[in-house]
Amino acid sequence: MSNANQSEIIELDVRTDEMLVNMGPQHPSTHGVLRLVLRTDGEVVSEAVPHIGYLHRCAEKIGENLTPRQFIPYTDRMDYLAGMNMNLGWSLAVEKLLDYDLPEKVRHTRVMIAELNRIASHLVGMGTYGLDLGTFSPFLYAFREREKILDLLEWVCGARLTYSYITPGGVTADLPFDWIDKCSHFLDQFEPQIPDYHTLLTTNAIFIKRTTGIGVMSADMAIAYGCSGPVLRGSGVDHDLRRDGEPRYRAMYEGYDFEVIVERDGSYPTDQVYPSVPDEAVLGDCWHRFYVRMLEVIQAIKLIRQGMDFYRKSSGDWGTPIKLATKLPPGEAYLETECPRGQMGFYVVSDGGDSIPRRVRARSSCFSNLSVVEELCRGGLIADIPAIVGSLDIVMGEIDR
Amino acid sequence: MIDEPFVEKLKQRFGDKVVGANLENVDPWIEVSPTGLVEVCRYLKEESSIAFDYLNSICVVDYCETDPKKAAKAKWQPHLEVVYHVSSIRHKTTGTMKVMLSRWKDAIEGQIPELPSVTSVWKTADWHEREVYDLSGVLFIGHENLRRILCPEDWVGHPLRKDYVMPLEYHGIRGR
Repeated sequence: MSNANQSEIIELDVRTDEMLVNMGPQHPSTHGVLRLVLRTDGEVVSEAVPHIGYLHRCAEKIGENLTPRQFIPYTDRMDYLAGMNMNLGWSLAVEKLLDYDLPEKVRHTRVMIAELNRIASHLVGMGTYGLDLGTFSPFLYAFREREKILDLLEWVCGARLTYSYITPGGVTADLPFDWIDKCSHFLDQFEPQIPDYHTLLTTNAIFIKRTTGIGVMSADMAIAYGCSGPVLRGSGVDHDLRRDGEPRYRAMYEGYDFEVIVERDGSYPTDQVYPSVPDEAVLGDCWHRFYVRMLEVIQAIKLIRQGMDFYRKSSGDWGTPIKLATKLPPGEAYLETECPRGQMGFYVVSDGGDSIPRRVRARSSCFSNLSVVEELCRGGLIADIPAIVGSLDIVMGEIDR
Repeated sequence: MIDEPFVEKLKQRFGDKVVGANLENVDPWIEVSPTGLVEVCRYLKEESSIAFDYLNSICVVDYCETDPKKAAKAKWQPHLEVVYHVSSIRHKTTGTMKVMLSRWKDAIEGQIPELPSVTSVWKTADWHEREVYDLSGVLFIGHENLRRILCPEDWVGHPLRKDYVMPLEYHGIRGR
């Protein structure tokens, strides 16, 4: 046997076969019960098909058998990391159908609460993203701060995860005495901590290597797939419903001064204080999506601070929640709000004369965000899959219907 | 965004493919015929003054009353409404389109109605149409991968139909 032949044999031995690999539904990086079926050739993934539907709690069907106020606790369980934002979306949609006007005080309460929940949600997103990439400390630091936010939210409504606080017509109770001072105290303590997260993750050499240039999504692709929230803005699309959304939702943020976090001419609005974009980063990659989330936390703090001032100055009461069995007028209303994970839309259809809607539809952001995975993962390495899926910050409860 | 001149313009361009409109509703909507759906959608997306480049959601409202007392009082005939919510990132506007379908194809119970797929216009329609097919039972012609997405693939029936009855058992698991 000649040498040439031998080397051929060795090469045949080393060559890998195509393999189907199941990732999840219980993999730590698949956030909930997501199952990915990967077609791999060695380390290279040629196909990644997400399989959803491991929960299927019939949320929409339940909504068609309950009155709008009774449905509030079910919205909590959709995006369980941002229950307040879900309550808000549903409440606004119902109020839009009822053409309900709110007192001034409710508006500011809602802004504060929703933004506080956004911080909590982004902290989980950030912490678990670190976990996906193999670092543990940021996760602990993030959860430490999140606990304090949950304490504040618990004080408001008695629950730590499923709040049911914001209801159609207002909120269930006014903010407790002294709550604003405690909240302000928390923000003062939290804000100096943010540079720590940047030291641990954003500027970390390993983190940059793992996330830059991976899962690059162009702006056109993000729009075509219906992505929203930090995923859309990470691709450089200047779109935030708090500024560009429905008049009814936009009115909530009227008079507030905040910036939409998106890259403009190679830099972010608050770049001067926080680390700037590394040279390796490509617009629309995992690093950008992560960074948008980090900077949104700072904008949320800014919004809460303004909300406190407005709340103190405003008079009136905390709104009267609509009666449990308020008759819905015939008609239909669709409203989208900017939740931590993107645009959450609720659709209520009523045929009139009844307090139970004919159709309840929840359009979730993660559903569209997840549909990109197939295209983003193609041609990547197995190790990149957690980085890509993690950067989309998916909550499976929201994808479920 | 959807107002009288807009509907007039569409009607002039597409004739009877734009069936009608409801401008009184909280969200005004236009009604499109199933045959003209893809054409109208493509126009709405590509015409730069409208630019509905972002598909928010596709869903189905089932107008069917299972309670015979209420059904006698209902002012509508049983039908399905496929609702398309679209918006424009550039112009920051939103719009709603509807397609009316009969509940069963050719009035044969069990045969689900057909509608052309809009996946060629918006990529995100892929998953949304699969979901609608799965839960509400509308067959999208031209969809490349029309499989169930939330229910198991061997599931029988479409759960979001108003006359859907939960199965007694599924692979030995009690249903009711």
